Amino acid sequence: MDAIFLQVLNGLDKGSAYALIALGLTLIFGTLGVVNFAHGALFMLGAFCAVVMRKILTLSKITLDPEKTNFLGKPLEIKTTYVELWWGDVGTWMIDYSVLLSIGFAIPVMALIGIIMERGLIKHFYHRPHADQILMTFGLAIVLQEIVKAFFGANPIPQSAPDAMGGAMDIGVLFGFAEYAVIYPYWRLIYFVFAAVVIGAVFAFLRFTTFGMVVRAGMADRETVGLLGIDIDRRFTIMFGIAAAVTGVAGVMYTPILPPNYHMGMDFLVLCFVVVVVGGMGSLPGAVLAGFMLGMLESFASMNEVKAIIPGIDQIIIYLVAMIVLLVRPRGLMGKAGMMED
Amino acid sequence: MSVFTPNRRGLIKSGALLGTGLAMPTIFTASSAAAYTNAPTGNGVTLGFNVPQSGPYADEGADELRAYKLAVEHLNGEGDGGMMNTFSSKALKGNGILGNKVNYVTGDTQTKSDAARASAKSMIEKDGAVMITGGSSSGVAIAVQGLCQEAGIIFMAGLTHSNDTTGKDKKANGFRHFFNGYMSAAALAPVLEEMYGNDRKAYHLTADYTWGWTQQESIAAATEAKGWETVNNVLTPLATQDFSSYVAPVLNSGADVLVLNHYGGNMINSLTSAVQFGLRDKVVNGKNFEIVVPLYSRLMAKGAGENVKGIFGSTNWHWSLTDAGSQAFVKSFGEKYGFPPSQAAHTVYCQTLLYADACERAGTFNPCGVGEALEGFDFDGLGNGPTHYRADDHQCFKDVLVVKGKENPTSDFDLLEVVQVTPRAQVEYAPDHPMFAGGALGECNPGA
Repeated sequence: MDAIFLQVLNGLDKGSAYALIALGLTLIFGTLGVVNFAHGALFMLGAFCAVVMRKILTLSKITLDPEKTNFLGKPLEIKTTYVELWWGDVGTWMIDYSVLLSIGFAIPVMALIGIIMERGLIKHFYHRPHADQILMTFGLAIVLQEIVKAFFGANPIPQSAPDAMGGAMDIGVLFGFAEYAVIYPYWRLIYFVFAAVVIGAVFAFLRFTTFGMVVRAGMADRETVGLLGIDIDRRFTIMFGIAAAVTGVAGVMYTPILPPNYHMGMDFLVLCFVVVVVGGMGSLPGAVLAGFMLGMLESFASMNEVKAIIPGIDQIIIYLVAMIVLLVRPRGLMGKAGMMED
Repeated sequence: MSVFTPNRRGLIKSGALLGTGLAMPTIFTASSAAAYTNAPTGNGVTLGFNVPQSGPYADEGADELRAYKLAVEHLNGEGDGGMMNTFSSKALKGNGILGNKVNYVTGDTQTKSDAARASAKSMIEKDGAVMITGGSSSGVAIAVQGLCQEAGIIFMAGLTHSNDTTGKDKKANGFRHFFNGYMSAAALAPVLEEMYGNDRKAYHLTADYTWGWTQQESIAAATEAKGWETVNNVLTPLATQDFSSYVAPVLNSGADVLVLNHYGGNMINSLTSAVQFGLRDKVVNGKNFEIVVPLYSRLMAKGAGENVKGIFGSTNWHWSLTDAGSQAFVKSFGEKYGFPPSQAAHTVYCQTLLYADACERAGTFNPCGVGEALEGFDFDGLGNGPTHYRADDHQCFKDVLVVKGKENPTSDFDLLEVVQVTPRAQVEYAPDHPMFAGGALGECNPGA
């Protein structure tokens, strides 16, 4: 029972990441009708915002220690970060909490990247076939990841969670399990809560603000909204920026779970497209529902007991379920008629 | 008694015989030049460096390439000579190989067998490479080794740790300086027994490909021989990013040790997950839960950050070694690039020097001659102590380092500390050991 509970938590955790990325992907598809294969790269760029932030915070003053030597027998370089030199304990705190501080850095940066991407490149492909859009955005994703690799190398770069949020908690006790039966990392629980808050915020933004109302109207009938004198293109561009920012912060918060590397976006991209298709193209609730559902299924399929019955099921479960869902409901779980059916 | 009396007919006969005699070596040379693939025809010789320049091991590939370039410099008489000065064989003169200036071409393996074979093929067929070397994965090494055997080219393997490379997939044209899974296990198991006792239950997570399988088989056998029990072995796909689903079941498996038979990104991610799940803080069966990483690299340790502290593993070489060879290499590499070399850099540098030296001693680039010179070759001064290139399987035998993640690193590359230098005798095995059985070297292939 405790093993099942553990996999539920794992499923929620994986599902959080899938849902967040798929949400951004769906926002872009729903508003602009663009199949954005560069979306995984936005997740990766978000993660590297955390890397950049940490590098900035750990910029150091170098002094030479004549009493110690380095590997070449020369005086050892002692690094002291400027933030600690200037602000003492506050500087130490800033470095410790760099992942959380990175969110404030990533939101404007990612929104700007999203807007530049949309205005500079993607808008030229609005009236081109989906195949052209896929080729262009896939190429863009490769260019972005190679740029990141050129600057940061191919190896993963570790990012730690703040000390107070590191380690694991005995969550099982809260649910009546024996002591230490279900231990779960604090940061993964935080990621789940964070994902729930961001998803809720996006839905609230679209539901309860005038801007959101116009965007939803534009998603339903772009031409009519345009005829009302509303500059729907500008709003959609902003939505692209918001989607990029949502995906970016999902990447930032994921860095203590998975040390960022230049390829991480591609690893998530295919899964998230499956999530979007299963949820229903253009359906925001569908993307979230499918994200959590597939995360949960993937987690359970990787249990040793399940794999003992069906070897290799953990590798195919998502695609198997996607096939079944699309056979039974060709528009996905919550898809509507007219999406990608032209 | 006969007296030699010169006359016109005799002079013509003698001249003809002398001319034929003088021409003989040229005929043989020409014949031998055509008798093997890519025999150098001009004043230079081309080596093919096939390393991952893209993909997950690109950083390791970049370090290998740095070491290759350094080796070429040293072979051509440039720079400070590095380990050529400490190498026990004195056949290398710093004038290239057999008087031919050393040139090189590079290929990108992408850590994919098909891409690695394609780039090696291109270097052999288009660039005329007389030797191929490199790689950061056993799957790639085995694939390229097979290609070189078919093409009649010597393959000096880079970073490949699977038992199969010099086991069931060994080839007469292939040579490995790097150690293997069996040696890691043989070196590590006694240290693990000493540190953690002999009543342990181990849970293995294993990368699902040739290296992972043989590494797991080796470390399981070695630790079981010390009294440990293997509770479970779960194969994890190479493409796995988030290992939480694989780590979570360890918590309630009854195991008190987790063995991560992972390398590169897999190891970084699985170790990160294991530490996040609090395994290192757990007490199971009345003992502290421990994590073991049988194969370490400094570049990997950097990726895993603080999570490697105190974790035991093994490595082929480490820059902190104090022998003259290691120090010469670290100085040479460090002054050129600003940081110490990795074990990948060390092994490929050694392989390049060993190949060049074998050519010099054999007096030819012919793969069969070179192979013969490498087989059974004993040498020293290349950073691993007295080393033997065994003729039976083309595996190098040398000391193995047991290391652990350093508690208080002083720099970005000061991440591992050498716990023990395991003597060569402890990691040696018979050529027909069951873990290496199933293949044959076959005949040396000189190609054309």
